Amino acid sequence: MTDKSDTKSHTEAYEARLKKRYRAERRFRAYGMAAIMTAGLILVFLLSSIVYSSLPAFSHHHTRLDIQVSTDYVSADAPEQGNYLGLVRAALRDQFPEVSGRRDKRALYKILSIGASDELQKRVIAEPDLIGTRLSLDVPLSDDIDLMLKGLIDRTLPESDRIVSDRDLVWADKLLAENRISRKFAFALFTNGDSREPEMAGIRGALVGSLWTLLVTLIVSFPLGVLAAIYLEEVAPKNRATALIEVNINNLAAVPSIVYGLLGLAVFINFFHLPRSAPLVGGFVLALMTLPRIIIPTRAAFASIPPSIREAALGVGASRTQVIMHHVLPLAMPGILTGTIIGLAQAAGETAPLLMIGMMAFIVDVPGDVTAKATVLPAQIYMWANNPERAFVARTSAGIVVLLTLLLVVNAAAIYFRRRFEKRW
Amino acid sequence: MSTSFLFLCLLGLGSFSFLFGRRRIRALSGAVSVKQHSRDVYHGSFVALCAVLVPLIVLLAWSGLSPLLLDAMLEDFLRRQSPDLSIGEMGVLIAKVKAYSVGSLPEAFANDLIRNGSDYFALLRSNSNTARSVAVILLALGGLAYGAGKLAPRFTARPAVERVFEVVMIIASAIAILTTIGIVLSLIFETFRFFDKVPMMDFLFGTSWSPQIAIREDQVGGSGSFGAIPLFAGTMMITFIAMLVAVPIGLMSAVYLSEYANPRLRGFAKPGIEILAGIPTVVYGFFAALMVAPFLRDSGADIGLTLSSESALAAGLVMGIMIIPFISSLSDDVINAVPQTLRDGAAALGATQSETIRQVVLPAALPGIVSAILLAISRAIGETMIVVMAAGVAANLTANPFESVTTVTVQIVMLLVGDQEFDSAKTLAAFALGLVLFFITLMLNVLALYVVNRFREQYD
Repeated sequence: MTDKSDTKSHTEAYEARLKKRYRAERRFRAYGMAAIMTAGLILVFLLSSIVYSSLPAFSHHHTRLDIQVSTDYVSADAPEQGNYLGLVRAALRDQFPEVSGRRDKRALYKILSIGASDELQKRVIAEPDLIGTRLSLDVPLSDDIDLMLKGLIDRTLPESDRIVSDRDLVWADKLLAENRISRKFAFALFTNGDSREPEMAGIRGALVGSLWTLLVTLIVSFPLGVLAAIYLEEVAPKNRATALIEVNINNLAAVPSIVYGLLGLAVFINFFHLPRSAPLVGGFVLALMTLPRIIIPTRAAFASIPPSIREAALGVGASRTQVIMHHVLPLAMPGILTGTIIGLAQAAGETAPLLMIGMMAFIVDVPGDVTAKATVLPAQIYMWANNPERAFVARTSAGIVVLLTLLLVVNAAAIYFRRRFEKRW
Repeated sequence: MSTSFLFLCLLGLGSFSFLFGRRRIRALSGAVSVKQHSRDVYHGSFVALCAVLVPLIVLLAWSGLSPLLLDAMLEDFLRRQSPDLSIGEMGVLIAKVKAYSVGSLPEAFANDLIRNGSDYFALLRSNSNTARSVAVILLALGGLAYGAGKLAPRFTARPAVERVFEVVMIIASAIAILTTIGIVLSLIFETFRFFDKVPMMDFLFGTSWSPQIAIREDQVGGSGSFGAIPLFAGTMMITFIAMLVAVPIGLMSAVYLSEYANPRLRGFAKPGIEILAGIPTVVYGFFAALMVAPFLRDSGADIGLTLSSESALAAGLVMGIMIIPFISSLSDDVINAVPQTLRDGAAALGATQSETIRQVVLPAALPGIVSAILLAISRAIGETMIVVMAAGVAANLTANPFESVTTVTVQIVMLLVGDQEFDSAKTLAAFALGLVLFFITLMLNVLALYVVNRFREQYD
């Protein structure tokens, strides 16, 4: 009995079968592990590749120029009307006295950014005393030279295969040799609106547009969502009409977002003649989309509150509305706010419905109110991603990094909120 | 007065009415020895509601509808001035008149007609504005007087306020229904207009899609062709590829996480997968278009395959990644819902853990898993940004995943982005595609619900 080989069940076939079953067990486990590892690796690869490709956008190369703020270009009476680009170009010509001829000079100017004179203009207008003096200033280089200095353009390629010409290289090398080139943090990325020039393009306009849009979304969807949830969970009689509304809300949560865009186009723009590209319409469309995503967690928050609370309040003479407003709603608030924040975070990352209502126009200005033409951060990312210029790849990734950081912070806040205030009954 | 100013006025008046009503009821009750029916707050709220509710509705309705009315009157006015304009020219003229009236059309482009129209429009607008302000303010003051007159110690203010509250809640719930009706009506309406121009059969079963509009009347192929089969095929192919990625990875990670993983692994793997779910789709689109597609093309070239840089494969793979967390979290829920007694029973019969999972747990969870997959398919079909950025635009009817295909959502975006006249078959086609999309995703959702309800076993 003690000897294994004696017993009938432990035949060789049994052992083989058992081994096979254990192998299958290990294999199955390995599949599961592999699936998780794959998902994890994809996540790590996705995030790290985007962060890596965004790095160049956070800095920009500048060159120090000695600028003679001569009265030929800027008069002390009207510093606003000065020819600052002329000033900067003159300084650049002084730097390269060997460059002569119109064509060569024009090629030389191209190593500077279009916005090279902005900083100078701001300073001179702020301090008119500078007119007539000589000052040394770091001005931004063009995006191509910047990419080359960051090592993103291969210098060893033949001239015809790269966007930077041999002459540009010589000029850049001379500036480098004179120690005039410095790499600075690209504030323009956060302070500027959109631009055709990658080094001038920033996300401020899109960020403000996103904020306006989300503000409208919040104002519309939060009260409507909470009221609807209160009604369906606490007040409504259980009949066919409310069952229909319930099924409806669940279905709306699964309708593709682009369909909401079509709805917005047909109803808000073509029927009500609201302005295209405006945060108002974008906010309405996102609000309709977010509504079911607020109602569902809000109802769950109400359902998790024990009936004893309601019964106690009714017992001391509160009306049904008082029970809701004084007891159920305050207790459900953490759950409601968490659901709302997560719903808004989803809305903040939404692009497709906003494309339908024109929120992807090229807009330089920062929108001032909800009816101004605006774009949103995801739409800005989409537009930059479509831009063929090389330097926009880094800008796009930088925009994504900012968007993901914001969403991460918001979601983390929601999770913290839930942990902090959640009650277990 | 501007809408926001009137709105603020109403807000101010509402607060005043509330304080006024509360004060007045205190004075009234203090004077007599009758027990007050409702608390002071409800009397205040009652007066505030009387003062604000009706004018607010009037304000919103007026602001929403008056532009339509004004546009119609302006068109009427211009039509009388120059009766023989076509509808298109009329639209342009109206746009010009409006631009001129807000000063965004330079003087050089204006003619007498535009100037007259602009004056007329400005007059209409200012009249409408004045009438609106007067109506809103009179209604508000009237409401305040009515509400204040009603106050008395035995007046039942609480039920009155609560009734209004309930009606507002019902309206809020009805918005969900209204949204659905709005979606269905706007899609169906435009789709019927589209079918006036292009027969329905040609749209649903045609195999050639090239929705350009004729520049000249007699242009070859000028009417464009609207056969949507290539789009459906492309959508199906990309969805299929996405499912090939998402179903095994999502399902296996759900199984591992709920059956094998220790709490520590679960503790960081689940949030990790949730991060994947929270990434906006435009980010996946960028990832697909600028990282995955070039990588696939180059590695395809290395082993001698020709991949289009907008291949269905790249879009499908990345869409699959997007769907993984969807399948994994839904399957996780249904696997966890299978009662432990089933697993214990299987283990007691000598089954290994994987045998238990494959032969007991998964079959028990199957309806839920099938429903999760159906929902995931519906998600994939409706997904827009990934395919807009990574899939092609040209309608190819092909079964080769290395080639570029286009999808329903890509075409909706392509047809509608940019300024277009709203009557062309091209624009209307987008709504027809939208209706198809809505219908298919709705059917998949209903089917998913049906599968769960019909085949789910009740274990308790």
